[in-house]
Amino acid sequence: MLAFLARRVGVMVLTALCLTLIVFALVNLKPNLVKLAKEQTGSRISEQQVEVWLDQNGFNRPFLVRYGEWLGGVATGDLGHSSRFNAAVAEVLWPRLGLTAKLMFWVMVVMVPGALLLGVLAGMREGSATDRVLSTVAIATTSTPEYVSGVVLTVIFASQMVGLQWFSGSATSAADDGITLTNFALPVLTIAIYGMGYIARMTRASMAEVMTQQYIRTARLKGLGFPAIVLRHALRNALIAPFTVIMLQFPWLLTGVVIVETLFNYRGFGWLLFEGAANNDIDLLLACSIVAVVIVLTTQLISDIGYVYLNPRIRVG
Amino acid sequence: MEVLAPGAIVLAVLGRFLPVWIAMAVIIGASFACRRRLGTYGQIFDSWIGAIGFGLVLFWLLTALMAHWVAPFDPYVQVRALQNKPPGTFTAEAGPYLFGGDALGRDVFSRMVYGSRTVMTIAPLATLFAYMVGITLGLPAGYLGGWLDTLLSFLANLVLAFPVILLFYLLVTPEIRQTAIPGTMAAVLFLFPVAFVTLFLWSRLRDRPDMLWRWLVPVLAVGGFGYLGLTGAWDPTGLLRMEPNTLNIFLAVVFITAPTVFRIVRGLTLDIRTRDYVAAAQTRGEGPWYVMIWEILPNARGPLIVDACLRIGYTTILLGTLGFFGLGVSPESPDWGSTINEGRKLLRVYVHPALPPALAIMSLVLGLNLLADALREQAMKD
Repeated sequence: MLAFLARRVGVMVLTALCLTLIVFALVNLKPNLVKLAKEQTGSRISEQQVEVWLDQNGFNRPFLVRYGEWLGGVATGDLGHSSRFNAAVAEVLWPRLGLTAKLMFWVMVVMVPGALLLGVLAGMREGSATDRVLSTVAIATTSTPEYVSGVVLTVIFASQMVGLQWFSGSATSAADDGITLTNFALPVLTIAIYGMGYIARMTRASMAEVMTQQYIRTARLKGLGFPAIVLRHALRNALIAPFTVIMLQFPWLLTGVVIVETLFNYRGFGWLLFEGAANNDIDLLLACSIVAVVIVLTTQLISDIGYVYLNPRIRVG
Repeated sequence: MEVLAPGAIVLAVLGRFLPVWIAMAVIIGASFACRRRLGTYGQIFDSWIGAIGFGLVLFWLLTALMAHWVAPFDPYVQVRALQNKPPGTFTAEAGPYLFGGDALGRDVFSRMVYGSRTVMTIAPLATLFAYMVGITLGLPAGYLGGWLDTLLSFLANLVLAFPVILLFYLLVTPEIRQTAIPGTMAAVLFLFPVAFVTLFLWSRLRDRPDMLWRWLVPVLAVGGFGYLGLTGAWDPTGLLRMEPNTLNIFLAVVFITAPTVFRIVRGLTLDIRTRDYVAAAQTRGEGPWYVMIWEILPNARGPLIVDACLRIGYTTILLGTLGFFGLGVSPESPDWGSTINEGRKLLRVYVHPALPPALAIMSLVLGLNLLADALREQAMKD
């Protein structure tokens, strides 16, 4: 187990280094730097002045030296200076990340039980009418990306046209005054719907497979009722596969977070990433990337370890 | 200024789609009549899910093909009097705008219809290219294994660990067009289809040089012309030229999709490699590329076709995401993602500009997913 863990962590660190190197190279392309120089000094400067500015601020030094310097900064917690917010990146980043963590928490609270219920109900009697209806529902949710469900939900629940107006179409107040059902229901639902179908389908497949196993037949033959079989015998084994899938959903959720935070104007991490990209804010974009990459790689690692831990039959090699 | 009644709007919309309905009736009717003789394609009609999925996809495909007949107005023309007007509004000079006008007074219905063209060309083409890349790299990685497999798998995992949205922000920007990166990516990625077709022919015909040249010369001529045209190196006809931003989007989508295809092909190859017919081919003395392309690949086609359906749907969603973030084909373009992005700003007051493209994306992806599901069910039955 320890050797397996060490190797996985090693690959993870190597991947993180490669990814940050690529991101660093892409945000520091020459046209981006020229744009930054023009933004910082006023746009009407000549090419020579641009070069002088880049020289003065150290942007013309060798690429690897600058990458090493940035990496050293990250290791000591210095993420650089955000040109968009005119503040240290760390000051901007951590509070926003906290806001997104709240959003993700509620998404998980809604999405995971919903998806598991959908999958277990569909998979416990494979091929039945319930199964077919629920499977079609699951397919429909995977066909509804966030920018579609966000628009449709806003139209139904927040627009003046339909007039239900149960919820607010903006989540800005959730960041300042705290979360309420009115301002948080739509963003959470929007992300949850798209992710739900995929987890539900995995759960269904896993559940359907477990239900054909010998020990389920034994349980049935010894006279247990159907609910008891599902709850006590099938469920635990059926939930191993979905666990991995839920963990691997995080990278996909990130795209959803950026879409939803833009759509509902919730100023969290996704909004920050959007602002950084839209305003050519190099340090901010780099910091956001490293956070995103770390989240993706950590969830992959957790899913690997969890899979082995939950299923002792799997040989670690 | 007057407004049509809801019933009249529905009738008018159905009427505009008349050419699509006729073509659909002909195609589905003919396919249904001879479904027993059409193999896998005919089996789609055995289940309701498959038939509905196929119908949705066919609807959008035909709409894209016949957009100039279906759409009543030019998607770019702006009529001041019809700005933000509700569905069915018309004046003495202009309209009726069946789904209303957008913030600039353009016809929402016509824009939705023309928007299907962008999606229906880029999504299947990008998926096809991603498949060429994924197959050309996945087969040797799974079949030969060793350091090649380790290296390629590491690279694929590297791309997959990138959050999609971040990659889009980095790859589809106005700044990156001034650098050599899109050109280099195009030069590398577009090489794969040519390489794949060459390997395809060479592995089969290498013992018969006369046949090989008869096929290879025209294929390489067409492929070489396409390659030079698409990478923008040399294109005298102007036939293949892509807008720089379209090319950029296309490349980004292929780049994101290819590693997933690679992983699937590699996994299938690892599985099929152990079959008896592969061992038989090896004993006959066939070369590795012959075994990969003519023994393993045809036997992996079932899962690959199912995945291709899902993948086109996913590519459609990716294109919508790009449009939603204003990274679409062009600011004016009627593609669905960009239209949603424009419409969402006034969503709480005017819902009609954003809703049609949103429902269009959803129905197309739903159709593809249902189709994939039906194909998978069929494969499991066999």
